[in-house]
Amino acid sequence: MPEMNMVDAIHDALTIAMEADDTVMILGEDVGANGGVFRATDGLQAKFGEDRVVDAPLAEGVIAGAAVGLAIAGMTPIAEIQFLGFAHQAYHQIADQVARYRSRSQGRFNLPIVIRSPFGGGVRAPELHSDALEAQFVHCPGLKVVCPATAHDAKGLLLASIADPDPVLFLEPLRGYRLVTDEVPEDAYTVEIGKARVVRTGTDITLIGWSAGVFLAEKAADVLAKDGISAGVVDIRTLAPLDIDTIVAEVSATGRAVIVQEAAMTCGFGAEVATTLAAEAFFSLESPITRVGAPDAPYPLPGLEKMYIPDVAAVVAGAKVAMEAV
Amino acid sequence: MTVDPDTLAYPVEPAPEPIRLLGPDGRLVDGAEPTLTVEQVVAAYKLMWLSRRIDERAFNLQRQGRLGTFSPTRGQEASVLGSGLALRPGTDWLVPQYRELTAMLYHDQPIDLWFAYWMGHMQGSATPDTLRILPTQIALAAQLPHAVGLAWGRKIQGFDEVVITYFGDGASSEGDFHEALNLAGVTKAPVIFLLQNNGWAISTPRSKQSAATSFAARGPGYGMPGVVVDGNDLLAVYEVSKRAAQRARDGLGPTLIESMTYRLGPHNTADDSVRYMDADELERRELEDPVTRVRLYLDSHDAWNDDDEEALAAEHKTIIDEAVAAAEAHQPEPERLFDHVFAEPTHRLADQRTQVLTNARGGIHA
Repeated sequence: MPEMNMVDAIHDALTIAMEADDTVMILGEDVGANGGVFRATDGLQAKFGEDRVVDAPLAEGVIAGAAVGLAIAGMTPIAEIQFLGFAHQAYHQIADQVARYRSRSQGRFNLPIVIRSPFGGGVRAPELHSDALEAQFVHCPGLKVVCPATAHDAKGLLLASIADPDPVLFLEPLRGYRLVTDEVPEDAYTVEIGKARVVRTGTDITLIGWSAGVFLAEKAADVLAKDGISAGVVDIRTLAPLDIDTIVAEVSATGRAVIVQEAAMTCGFGAEVATTLAAEAFFSLESPITRVGAPDAPYPLPGLEKMYIPDVAAVVAGAKVAMEAV
Repeated sequence: MTVDPDTLAYPVEPAPEPIRLLGPDGRLVDGAEPTLTVEQVVAAYKLMWLSRRIDERAFNLQRQGRLGTFSPTRGQEASVLGSGLALRPGTDWLVPQYRELTAMLYHDQPIDLWFAYWMGHMQGSATPDTLRILPTQIALAAQLPHAVGLAWGRKIQGFDEVVITYFGDGASSEGDFHEALNLAGVTKAPVIFLLQNNGWAISTPRSKQSAATSFAARGPGYGMPGVVVDGNDLLAVYEVSKRAAQRARDGLGPTLIESMTYRLGPHNTADDSVRYMDADELERRELEDPVTRVRLYLDSHDAWNDDDEEALAAEHKTIIDEAVAAAEAHQPEPERLFDHVFAEPTHRLADQRTQVLTNARGGIHA
């Protein structure tokens, strides 16, 4: 099985989807001749034509909004928002239109839209390029939010998202694009939306993350192992819908949970996971649930980035807090 | 080199005279050659009255607590119907805001579902698949990007279809208006932007909405024609819209039409327009009533009389009585909360559905 990095896996999924279905089209900023600023759509315009890989005007609102109309027209639009930090320019379309359209039309108009966007920090990008805003979109009923952490899952979840009859916000970890490499089958396959992945099992504590948070959790588990702490790792993979059964089962087995999010702490998706565990795994818990996240401050300029987003040491420290609690 | 001070002079072009075929007196202006037959105008006149009577009934029902907040179309019947007539029901697409009842009727909107929607029944949102009308849009101008995507997507697939979308002078200040027209220009989407300049955005007058002398003048800025039409002239709105639709079908792309009309009354049933509308101005505008104008035109052709008028009123009463009865027969269907969020409900949603439908403990618990 070939090894592939995440951006190549995404490119592979897009190619497969476009070859299989003429209605699949891509629109976004710089996705055409430039192949996307991260090359996720490299060469696709040359291969599939300017009607199917469209360099949109620089306006996120109409990229998301036109996708609504394209979907009603019978197309399967894959919209790219160049960085999630710019998605607020389209938030009214995503939250109020894309997510609600099936309900508003009482099932007549479903929108098989995928909105792809890289998110998260760690690459010394300019302001507003690095924000982890995922929780804001999970709070939009009608929208699925998918956050792969491996190249394998990126391909399989993207193909599943494109095939899904409902809109999916597909978030890609910016710093994992070329950093993350793993085995990716050459053929088409899907990874089920709504299923978490147990990365490794542990007996003392469970580290829970998604997207780049999983990178940290895995490394933290290695560090903890050297200290004699057996840490399991769960990759949530899809925030909406959330695979409650898997996280509850894993945390019930260890009795302790650390949730890793890259976003500012308050009202992040970690809060939803923690509340769910508090309700569903309460009698298995041996210590308070711990969250690791960024300060409740705006994402800084790159000079302070390392102090802002959680790192491996922060996850290890969080795990030790949980282990030392009564 | 120096910059000539005049280089920065702002060229204030006066607003163009609206295109008009039919004057307020019901007479054709010199040189007017309407293509609508008298029979078609009779049919349109009936729809204008049906629309107005539905408005009146809905207003009364709201006052009785039997219908929620809604926005009457009163005064804008020619503006919306003249444009709606230029498109083919069941083939072309209507992308409404919320004040286009007359056009929706021409495009086969079931009246009972219209009442049901404004009564607050989700059943009113479940329109038949044959209806080429997108859902009523409350967020101003948010439907414009949808209209562009729809028109563009149908064109890509080789369909010969036109999309018309409606919005007001107020909505034209929203970012979605500008983003949508820009994309439509670039993609040459077969879409008509029907800007109903009715003078008001709730209480904000047109003069405070934009410093530009004309909204239509924005068209060329996005690579499309902008045209101003007398929005209270059914015949003129039809001719201009028909031309725009033909242009779209010919592959020439979008058109911006500024339809100069007037909102003869409050923004909606919750609004008190006496607070900001000048009574004399409203009285003057009532004299330009678009329905009266068509009646005068038909009178001049001996195509309509008071007996017809009386018979039509009776016919409409029956139609509306039946529609209201059907709409009021709807009971709340709580499963509609859950059944159309996703194709398949998530586990959590399914659990919440059970909780609500059985109401075992009261409320939702996680």
